[in-house]
Amino acid sequence: MARLFEYQSKKLLKQGGIPVPAGEVASSPEDVRRIAETIGRPVALKIQVWVTGRAGIGGIQFADTPEEAAAKAGQLLGMKVKNFIVERVLVEEKLDIRAEYFAGVVIDDAAKRPLFIFSPVGGTGIEEIARLHPEKVARKTIDVLKGFPEHEARNMLLQVGVKGRLLPKLADLLTKLYQVARTSDARSAELNPLVLTADDILYAADCHFVVDDYAVYRHPEFGIEIAREFDRPPTELEKIAYNVEEKDYRGTFYFFQMVEQTAGSEKYIGFNGAGGGGSMMSMDAVLNRGFKLANYCDTSGNPPASKVYRAAKIILSQPGIMGYFASGSGVASQEQYHSARGLTKAFQEEKLDIPAVIRLGGNFEEKAIEILQTYLKDIPAIIEGYGRDDSPEFCAGRLEELVTKSGGRRYEVRPFVETPIPEKAYVFETVTGRISFDHSKCSACQSKGCVAACAPKILKIEDGRPVLAITPEEAGKGKCTECLACEIFCKFHEQDAIVIQLPIPGLKEYRDRIIAGQDENQ
Amino acid sequence: MAILVNEKSRVIIQGITGREGMARTRLMKDYGTQVVAGVTPGRGGQDVYSVPVFDSVAQAWEKQGPVDVSVVFVPAALVRGAALEAIDAGVQLLVIVPDRVPIHDVLEIAARAAEKGARFVGPNTLGLVSPGKAVLGMIGGRAERAREWFKPGFVGVSSRSGGMTSAISYYLTRAGLGQSTIVHVGGDAVVGLSHPEVMALFEEDPETEMAVMFGEIGTSQEERVADLIEGGRFTKPLIAYIGGKAAKSGTRFSHAGAIVEGSRGSYETKVKRLHEVGAHIVEAISDIPAKAREIAGSRPK
Ligand code: SF4
Ligand code: SF4
Repeated sequence: MARLFEYQSKKLLKQGGIPVPAGEVASSPEDVRRIAETIGRPVALKIQVWVTGRAGIGGIQFADTPEEAAAKAGQLLGMKVKNFIVERVLVEEKLDIRAEYFAGVVIDDAAKRPLFIFSPVGGTGIEEIARLHPEKVARKTIDVLKGFPEHEARNMLLQVGVKGRLLPKLADLLTKLYQVARTSDARSAELNPLVLTADDILYAADCHFVVDDYAVYRHPEFGIEIAREFDRPPTELEKIAYNVEEKDYRGTFYFFQMVEQTAGSEKYIGFNGAGGGGSMMSMDAVLNRGFKLANYCDTSGNPPASKVYRAAKIILSQPGIMGYFASGSGVASQEQYHSARGLTKAFQEEKLDIPAVIRLGGNFEEKAIEILQTYLKDIPAIIEGYGRDDSPEFCAGRLEELVTKSGGRRYEVRPFVETPIPEKAYVFETVTGRISFDHSKCSACQSKGCVAACAPKILKIEDGRPVLAITPEEAGKGKCTECLACEIFCKFHEQDAIVIQLPIPGLKEYRDRIIAGQDENQ
Repeated sequence: MAILVNEKSRVIIQGITGREGMARTRLMKDYGTQVVAGVTPGRGGQDVYSVPVFDSVAQAWEKQGPVDVSVVFVPAALVRGAALEAIDAGVQLLVIVPDRVPIHDVLEIAARAAEKGARFVGPNTLGLVSPGKAVLGMIGGRAERAREWFKPGFVGVSSRSGGMTSAISYYLTRAGLGQSTIVHVGGDAVVGLSHPEVMALFEEDPETEMAVMFGEIGTSQEERVADLIEGGRFTKPLIAYIGGKAAKSGTRFSHAGAIVEGSRGSYETKVKRLHEVGAHIVEAISDIPAKAREIAGSRPK
């Protein structure tokens, strides 16, 4: 759930015709002074962080002069609130408040409609009021095809006793709020308090918008870095992971880092779940064995091998983990060999040396397990593959035993090296990377097996060498599914002539920093 | 009988020429689903696994005859358009497979569907299967697997987790208990047919003798199933598992959200409500088959 800062939400409200106090956001005391001078009246300073109850922790201050404002801003900026550092304050004219109301739009999952809520009693106690005095809270579900006409807003207000000149004014404002909520794809948009000042003007004094994660792509103007809920700023590695997810629409890749430092005696592991329900069950199974998760990751919705590969490379950028656990529902509809190939390529490149238990139950699990067994036998780590008849509890037990056997070796992050593409190689682009064939090696090849390995049948042999049987454009648009089958086949059964490069922007630099830290600690 | 789909349902696939569309057309056809047409604008005249492709739903309907169901495989950003097209053409049941469909788009689809008397499963669903009859979506992945994992019988299954839908059904099959219809209602906050709506259909279905529900924290679906039972509108035995016990209770993202949900949505409230109305709550997925057997053994013949 992508939250907006108060100053961003107010910009939306203003654009939608809802009055907000005069003001501007600032990130230095100098800017605060300048803004306060422009306002020319006493101001309020409000820290811009995602916490509730800012007033209680001193996050809202008042100042009568620009000098006082600048001085107070100096104290607010850089202040640590929960996991956030205050980087911005909103400087606003101080309002002379006569009355406070609550107005909000949320989505009602049972009605499958937006629901408008209004209460003539605003403020932080609103939830309490709704519980104790439901008659003071008006609710109205909205027909999205019709919208929220002014008369519906008016009738809703009448229910809770709003009358007089205020009635049409408020009704108009509420219809506008609904418009803003719709156009900004808000899952929730609330004004609390919505205030009436001594000079009879309605203002959105404070507001809170949560934008639908799935619609963030329609709103580049919000500058949302990661369209997911965090109660702290995202870590570097999470940003790298999110970038992978954003660039590849096939399947879903969710990555959340539980700790950035796996210090201490705790048994941390890298966790790679598949699908919400199965991931939760698998997580419980390893936690019950006394493991701790360095990260929570979910690759679901049939991601290609390339995405699972990137997920594994990101998980294996966490120093100190003692094992790798991958497990989903156990009876997945998706072909499991895609995940198996993605993991194989990653584990090979990393020369993994901590144990991995991979539970790939579902379609073609036999083939998936065979891929792991065949192509990962030469790396230092013990890799075990399991299927739908092996429970997560059993698999977690296996990991525990393997970790014990390995003497509790902790993972050291390796430098990120991309295998270079030889000069004169035959190259084509894929959706998120590129594939190269070193044709000089192909003459020694009897099988030409890459062609048969390619399930989408996009390769053919021409003059004894594999080339695309389709146009490079078609390959780049997704006909090459990045299944990695050709590369794995050629590496193990033929001349190791194929290189598939799947870049992960930022990961090289990230690992370099981690490695520098690793060395320091030794 | 079964619910929502059977061997007679006439099905089209929107987005049939895409990666998933193609792969799952094969699943549905091989399983025996009557796939009568595919739709991809600009690709009319082609065919996919000998299913003719048309440029629009209306055209497919005109050329191939009436359509009961559309399975939608287009990218998330195009789902709204595709779904509204199918609803306007008169299709009564949609299965919306893609995930990450914007919630306001789903609301609009829901409103238009309600207006036209249509229903939809999803978004973010693996689909559904009436074992031995027909499959919609991608559940099972391949026909051979779907036949092996799901067997005809009298247990109705409804789940909010895709993977767990198949897992539960497979464990039932392994224990010798077949299923009437298996529905993955979808993983999103707003879905077309939610648990209570599926339970109401199971109530009407003579083949279904008991139901299994995989619930999760968040939304009010499970509490609404409890309401149904309490109101005498669902009278068959229900086995329920609620996932997410260990997860920190759903972070409330607004006052308004909290006001709407009230005391609903958490693991505790769901379990408590279902327990109160006499549902059989299990603590582990692996307990489901034994519980189902116990209930089946005691049912009046
Ligand atoms: S399998 Fe490898 S060596 Fe053989 S033709 Fe293909 S790319 Fe060349
Ligand atoms: S060329 Fe074929 S085998 Fe190789 S990655 Fe692409 S689709 Fe897979």
